[in-house]
Amino acid sequence: MTTGAERRGGAGGGRRAGWRAWVLLAPLLAWLLLFIVVPALVLLVYSFCERDELGRVVYTFTAENYQRVLDPVYLRIFGRSIGYAALTTLICVGVGFPVAYYIGRSPEGLRDRLLLLIMVPFWTSFLIRTYAWITILKQEGLLNAVLQALAPALGPLDLLYTPAAVLIGLVYGYLPFMILPIYGSVEKLDGAIIEAAHDLGAGPLRVFSSVIIPLTLPGIAAGTLLVFVPSIAMFAITDLMGGARVPLIGNVIQNQFLQARDWPFGAALGVAFLVLFAVTYWGLLRFRERGEEAGG
Amino acid sequence: MSEPVQSSSRSPSGLRVTRAVLGLWTGGVLLFLYLPVLVLVVYSFNASRLNVVWEGFTFGWYREVWSNGPLWQAARNSLVVALVTTLVSVVLGTVGGWLLHRYRFRGGGAIETLAAIPMVMPEILMGISLLILFAAAGMELGFTTVIIGHVTFCFPFVLVAVRARLQGLDPALEEAALDLGATPIQAFWRVIVPNLQPAIVAGGLMAFTLSWDELIVTFFTTSAASATLPIRVFGMAKVGLNPMLNALSALFVTVTVAFVLFSAYLKRLARG
Repeated sequence: MTTGAERRGGAGGGRRAGWRAWVLLAPLLAWLLLFIVVPALVLLVYSFCERDELGRVVYTFTAENYQRVLDPVYLRIFGRSIGYAALTTLICVGVGFPVAYYIGRSPEGLRDRLLLLIMVPFWTSFLIRTYAWITILKQEGLLNAVLQALAPALGPLDLLYTPAAVLIGLVYGYLPFMILPIYGSVEKLDGAIIEAAHDLGAGPLRVFSSVIIPLTLPGIAAGTLLVFVPSIAMFAITDLMGGARVPLIGNVIQNQFLQARDWPFGAALGVAFLVLFAVTYWGLLRFRERGEEAGG
Repeated sequence: MSEPVQSSSRSPSGLRVTRAVLGLWTGGVLLFLYLPVLVLVVYSFNASRLNVVWEGFTFGWYREVWSNGPLWQAARNSLVVALVTTLVSVVLGTVGGWLLHRYRFRGGGAIETLAAIPMVMPEILMGISLLILFAAAGMELGFTTVIIGHVTFCFPFVLVAVRARLQGLDPALEEAALDLGATPIQAFWRVIVPNLQPAIVAGGLMAFTLSWDELIVTFFTTSAASATLPIRVFGMAKVGLNPMLNALSALFVTVTVAFVLFSAYLKRLARG
């Protein structure tokens, strides 16, 4: 018979799993295998295949798709996607950090109300929030009308379908995802440490750069995971705000599957993106772990 | 000796200035977050087709939403998908979370890593890999494929919520039930599940919201007949301005605000 101590085991699970436990776990295992592992493998297989004139996949081995991925045209799109995502992340940190800090250091009543105000956009469909910006930036939209009234000589400006519009869309969409995790870190911050730094003669800038930033790095890293990675391939926002003029990697992949019907090439782009994602993710995770160790 | 006194007399006012600046900044950011949505809501009552001039108050766009058949079909599809997804996710996530907590599986770490992948993987990768899988398996796209996709990225959130709750649960509870003669299954239903309720509700709500709002994975796995609301809205928004979309968005925003306020209210109730 098992004893209580054996059962408790620890965080890693108690008793060793018998066959009954395995049977109960089987649906979950099957799901993970069928819909995570197998699709990834099939993606990999497809990326080495060819297609015939009708767009059907031919199972022969070729590395040609990957040669095309390395074509400067696509490398530039990869680079641009990373650039946009990085810029989005930076702006989100710059804009969101003071907000998260302010909320985190507010008295409880105000803090709860402000958090609620951040939660509403967080839960509102990003499609609708993106559409809101379309109505503002469109040529016959609100901003142009205001500009026309102020400076009629200017004429209607092309605001939508520009790189700036794409950036606005991405920042607007992802900002709450940066504010909330940083807020989590700020809230845990011990005010006494900041006071101690002040008392020891550190100026505000010094306190900020060598006390506050290092202690909130885990939150910043978590926010970056939530902003940088998804915004690399967010084709819906670029579709809506950039038209076809600012194609990012997500738009190109989507295009291979829907219009161009070159699935093997789309799969190769997908695998390349998967590798990029895995490396970025792993790096950020390590970074956050180190930040947490340093922050105690 | 005078220096600490000086710094402590200076720093509160300095801090006050900093707080004021931060407060202003926060206000500005909130304005940035809310103004576009507010514009949307206001213009959903505008008689004009364009969002520029105000030509009088109307409920016309709401009436158009009300009588738009395809939109309601899409809403029904979304509801069906989200409900089935939530149900399957709660079962998979709760049972899985409990088993992984309760027993030591060979390769348990790998299983958990695998289950965490859908939470972080870019949706487009999940979308295309599932599309290829369904095509290779000869499965026709439709409700089944959409729901499979949704469950795959939803159930891990239930699993995580359940595991977090289990970690804080006293193992003696279940032991007591077992010692009193309950079978493990009885102990699970009668003791574990009731204690897990807050986590199940939270995870289920998360699954429902994620599914209801999902666009990218659905985009690759749906047929025209099973198109969800986000798919329809995306199609409409791509074409350009459409005052009916303003009205629909305003409805969505209202529901979201109500939802957030309600969950805040529940949290306050729970806190007592």
